[in-house]
Parts: sequence; structure tokens; C-alpha cells
Amino acid sequence: MTDKLTKRDTPARDTSVAMVKAEGVHKSFGQVEVLKGIDLEVRPGEVFCLIGPSGSGKSTFLRCINHLEKINAGRLYVDGELVGYRQQGDKLYELRDREVAVKRRDIGMVFQRFNLFPHMTALENVIEAPVQVKGLNKGQARERAMQLLERVGLADRAGHYPSQLSGGQQQRVAIARALAMDPKLMLFDEPTSALDPELVGDVLDVMRDLAESGMTMVVVTHEMGFAREVGDSLVFMDDGVVVESGNPREVLTNPQHERTQSFLSKVL
Amino acid sequence: MTADIDKTAGPKDTPPTGPPAIKAIPVRHYGRYLTALIAIAVLGAIIYAFGQGRINWHAVPDYFFDDRIMTGVGKTLLLTVLSMLIGIVGGIVLAVMRLSKNPVTSAIAWFYIWFFRGTPVLVQLFVWFNLGLVFEYINLMPFYKDYWSSFMTPLLTALLGLGLNEAAYMAEICRAGLLAVDEGQTEAAHALGMSHGKTLRRIVIPQAMRVIVPPTGNEVINMLKTTSLVSAVQFAELFRYAQDIGQVSGAPVEMYFLAAAWYLIMTSVLSVGQYYVERYYARGSSRSLPPTPWQKVRGHLTSFSSRKVTA
Repeated sequence: MTDKLTKRDTPARDTSVAMVKAEGVHKSFGQVEVLKGIDLEVRPGEVFCLIGPSGSGKSTFLRCINHLEKINAGRLYVDGELVGYRQQGDKLYELRDREVAVKRRDIGMVFQRFNLFPHMTALENVIEAPVQVKGLNKGQARERAMQLLERVGLADRAGHYPSQLSGGQQQRVAIARALAMDPKLMLFDEPTSALDPELVGDVLDVMRDLAESGMTMVVVTHEMGFAREVGDSLVFMDDGVVVESGNPREVLTNPQHERTQSFLSKVL
Repeated sequence: MTADIDKTAGPKDTPPTGPPAIKAIPVRHYGRYLTALIAIAVLGAIIYAFGQGRINWHAVPDYFFDDRIMTGVGKTLLLTVLSMLIGIVGGIVLAVMRLSKNPVTSAIAWFYIWFFRGTPVLVQLFVWFNLGLVFEYINLMPFYKDYWSSFMTPLLTALLGLGLNEAAYMAEICRAGLLAVDEGQTEAAHALGMSHGKTLRRIVIPQAMRVIVPPTGNEVINMLKTTSLVSAVQFAELFRYAQDIGQVSGAPVEMYFLAAAWYLIMTSVLSVGQYYVERYYARGSSRSLPPTPWQKVRGHLTSFSSRKVTA
């Protein structure tokens, strides 16, 4: 299974710098405070799982990481660099849209609702960003895209439009599309929640595969089995705060906090 | 295999058992017969009336391909195309202005749409024609300077009048189209590192087109008919030429019928074109594209399904 992967040499990267670092991150939508001071750290090469009841702010936090949402207070760093701002002295400057876009190239994101581009075939979806953003020529991009579609097991569906694919196939194309930009960090926002139960396995297999290749992944999920088996760290969030964190196997089998216990007793 | 033997002795020879098919007397819809009869009678009466009327029908084919009529058709088409171009470009600009975060541009676009949608196009045409009362001269500093009245040719008046009015309508159509695209599409594009402009051009607009094209087709057809108004500002097109011929040849009413026939032909051709444009932008929105009329014919001939898969 792993032989078809291009092994990423994670040890070569400076592991002292956290891939994602949150310090007291706050986020409000109008009057509603969704994140009430999040502190956490994602190490390079790690699979970091975020679990919690809906409305606990885990998806919002994920979206803050690539600046789809602006944070109101605190600091958020990706690979040592501030997200969305530039610090000079003690002043913060907002980044221009163009600068934000450049930073997002290195962060792949997979959505709950896939969000494939419906007017493009699977292959066109995958080559769109490399050609339009990185300026790769179409031939190279196509070759690489076919490798990626092969990797997610959909090489024979390259010419299909999203509407001609099942949910699980669409989500795997979406993963291939994100990988086409060679990201150093992948964000998964409940990637299997919109899928029929029998299609979940295929998507999780692709994600497991990706984790084994050494990709840094932040995964918001309700798949406790995946978290236990593949996750390196796990955070349980509730009501905008981190309630409990640690090794997934320990937290899931022996939760310390009462809220974690009641949540897990409902989902497991 | 034994299965084969079983198959040969299958239920083919044995008559189907089960209840016999129902043979019942269907309900007679006498009301339908009656309404159909009335409708046919009214239609017949109307046709009879037109046949009996003092209309010299021969004048219509006599002048159908008259040089002046053909010039008129050409000018009508030209005016339609140019005004629609102004309308579509202006509409896109106005739609983007209205959706922009800048309150000033958004308010100006709102005002423009409010004004041009709220006044009749015929009034607008006359206003453009007579704007010389406000601006005596037109002065584009180094390039051009002239009296307004000689600058504002009938063609320019017609183009501005129709085009600027159309822009207000197109703006609303484009805005609806842009808003109809799922926000997740923009997010996905942004997450891939695409800029605002690229996201709009490559992702949002192609999908918005599916919503924009059908009403735009209606607008083109509407525009083609509205061009008949510009005879009021001295621009000669199909309707004006038909009127002129009618006055000279002594068959004025017949020429109106002739003009109507030409308008019908042109709008019919445009409808066919609209079908193909809509089909193009329907890519990916349904599992298979609807067949073109030609494919339907070929499908019937060969009985193969001629679905094209674009790779």
C-alpha cells in the first residue's frame, strides 16, 4: 500500500517549529463567541484529530488555520509564520488578499461537502490550481494529476464530471485536488460526514495512506475508529474551548473529563 | 450446466398465467371535445376574417426580399448585437459594482439601475437625442470637439438609449447569477490559493453563466423587438423601412405584416441559438447533456445512443 506513495522526508524539516501553533485564539460571529481561547500545537508529520459535539467550534478553528475566517484575538501560526497578518515591531499589519492567497498554496483543504468544481471533469479539477496558480504547463500538471488520481484509486474516472461520481469518489477527487498543490499541511473538515456509510471506508483508506506518507494532517472528524488508529494527537473541544487533549488511544479509552466522558458515551 | 437445460424448457412455451388484462370502457371527456371545438371555431373565424379583409396579401411576398427591407433587417440585427454588447458589458460591470464591498460604487450602481429601470426606454431615447440642451458641445479635449446635435447621430442615440437601458436589466440578471453560485465554490478556490480575480473568472462566472444565459436569451429577443422603437429618433431599421415602403406603395398594413414575419423569423433563429448556448453551459450540471436536435435525428436513424464523452 505504501509503495505507491512518494515518501516525504519529514525528518529533514526543522521539527522544532510547530506546523500549527495557536495561542489564545478567539473568534466571534457577531455576538456569539465561537472560540474562547484555543491553545494547541500541531507537530510536523503528525495526524492531529479534533473531535467534539457540533457547534463546539472545531470546524471554525480549522477554517481559521487557512484564514477563511479571521480571528478576533490571540495568535495563530502556520510553520512559524503568522496567519493573515505581518508583525513589524509591536504593530500588526493585515495581509493583502494576494499575500493570503500565496500562503494558502501550502495548505490543502478538504471540505465536508467536497466543493468540487461541477463544470470541470475530475482531471480538470485536479489540474486547475497547479496550472492557474503555480503556472505549471498543462502536460506536466496532467501527468501529475493522473498519478494523484491513481493514488486515490480513480484514474479510470478522470474524464467524469462530479455529478457523475458518487460522494466517496468526489471526496477522493477533492483530496487529489488538494494534494496537487504539494501542500505541507492538509486540513480535513469532517471529510466523511456527508457520505453514505459504505463509502466512508474508501475515503478513510486514502487518508490513512496519506498519513503513512508523513503528511501533517489536522482532521475534524466523528470517526473515532480513524482517530484511534491513525491519530497521533487528539483534542476534544466543547463550547469553544479545548477540554481535553492527549494521545487518542488514551483519551478515547480513558477520558478524564466529565464532558469528554458524556460525549464519548453518546458516540461510541 | 444444468441451468442451460432448465432455460430451454423455460416458461416460453407455457402461456402466461395470471389475471386477464382489464378491458374497461374509458371515461368520455365530453367537456374536452366541446372546448376543442370552440377553440377551432374561433381560430377558423379569425383566419376567415383576415382572409376576407381588404388586405392585399400579394404585396407581402412582392416586397419580402426588397433591398430596403433587407437593409432594414441588417440594421436591426446590427443594432441588436451592438446594444446587447453594451448591455452585457455594462451589466457585468454594474453587477460587480453592486456586489463590491465599496459602499460608494455599490450605491452608484444601485442608483443607475433604479433610474434606468424606472423610466421608459422611449423616453430615454428622446432624452439622449435632445441632450444638446444640457451639453451644447461635446469636448473630448485633444481628440474631438463638436456640437452635441451633430455628434449624436441617430445610430449613437439608438445605441446609447437601448444599450444603457439594457445594462440595468443585465446587471440584475448577472447579480442573480453570481449569487446563485454556492459559496463553497469560492472557499474551495481560495483554499487552493487562487486570487479573487481568478476565482471569479475560472470558477464563479462559468457556473453563474448557467443561471445568466436563459434570461439573457430572453433579453436578446426582447431587444430585437425593442429596436423598432428607435425609428422615433430617426434611425432607420426594419420597421421604419417597412413603414416607408407602405406609404409609397399604398399597402401600409401589408408592410406591417411583412415586418412582423421578419421579426418572427429572426426571433426563431435566435431561440435555436439560445438552446445551444444553454446546452454548452449545462456541462457537468446533469449526468448527461440533452441531445442537440441533430443528435436526436441521428439517434433515431442509427438507434445508437450518440453520447459524447469529453475527456
